[in-house]
Amino acid sequence: MIRRNIRWSWLISGVVFWFCLATMLPSHGAEALPTAADPALEQRVNALSAELRCLVCQNQSVADSNAPLAIDLKNQVREQLRAGQTDRQVIDYMTARYGDFVLYRPPVKITTLLLWGGPPLLLLLGGLLLWRSMRAGSSVPQPDPLDAEVLGRLQSMLETPAAGPARAVAPGSSAFPSQNQTGAEVSPEPAQVGAATT
Amino acid sequence: MKARRIVPLAAIMLLAIVFAVGLNLERQPVPPAFIGKPAPAFELPRLHQPTQRLAPADLLGQVWILNVWASWCAACRVEHPMLVELSRQQQVPIYGLNYKDDSRDALEWLRRLGDPYVASVQDKDGRAGIDYGLTGAPYTFVIDKAGVVRLKYVGPLTQEVWLRDVQPLIRQLQG
Repeated sequence: MIRRNIRWSWLISGVVFWFCLATMLPSHGAEALPTAADPALEQRVNALSAELRCLVCQNQSVADSNAPLAIDLKNQVREQLRAGQTDRQVIDYMTARYGDFVLYRPPVKITTLLLWGGPPLLLLLGGLLLWRSMRAGSSVPQPDPLDAEVLGRLQSMLETPAAGPARAVAPGSSAFPSQNQTGAEVSPEPAQVGAATT
Repeated sequence: MKARRIVPLAAIMLLAIVFAVGLNLERQPVPPAFIGKPAPAFELPRLHQPTQRLAPADLLGQVWILNVWASWCAACRVEHPMLVELSRQQQVPIYGLNYKDDSRDALEWLRRLGDPYVASVQDKDGRAGIDYGLTGAPYTFVIDKAGVVRLKYVGPLTQEVWLRDVQPLIRQLQG
């Protein structure tokens, strides 16, 4: 019965695995026709567009977004490049009109130091705290060793099964408050339990 | 250990402060050096007389408001009554930039809701809008007698903003 179950799960996971693999393989669909007759220009346009933020869908680049503004900006980039502007000039054109926010990758300036440096700093801080807590964990104090008297009593309890805990306490009462008389408690002496129920 | 107990609390308080500051920040993006620079030039056809054109240079010598609007823009509808009232009071001439809109829709919109604009120009493909850093509508610009942009406001103009920021500026510019 169990063997059959194992075989089924293997089969299913195998199918899922190969399915995932197959869908991850690159597909060979037809490429969309470039809008300009000049693929080199298109490549530059796309590269620059990927560096600009779409200001409508602000988490996408101009290259990714389908918003009308993104299309406008992309057309503007294309026009400027076609007119012979350099990449730098196009970027400057956009930032002059839309500010630094239009750059998809924020520039590294004094004002953005916290933005860029924040995550690695927090990572460092977190790592430091982790390291410190791990070190503290290894120096947890050991429990006090049992003192000799208690140790002696324990030894005698373990070595004399017939007498058991009843020797140290009166019959009927219990050294453990939660014990009940019907012997449902866990006791190291099964013989004692049997004796109590009779 | 006292220090260990305080650290998580301090971290949470720090986060709380960061969030409080961040969430209360003014939503206006920093205008990229528009203020103090000449209004970007355009020469666009008028909405009501498409054969005629208008440029900022034509409006030198007066303080004027440029309001970017469109018939597809819901927020424009919100600020429109205020603009109509302002135009009635004739405190300052308001010119409209009809942004990426269809002429017929735009004219119909004005007919139904009232026309506060001395004139509106059409920017159908949004090219002039890029020069003004537009990402949509509405926007309101205040331009002085020398043709320099003195204020750029993003979003629907409210009574509060008008009284607090725009009107004092206009009074000051008008001299």
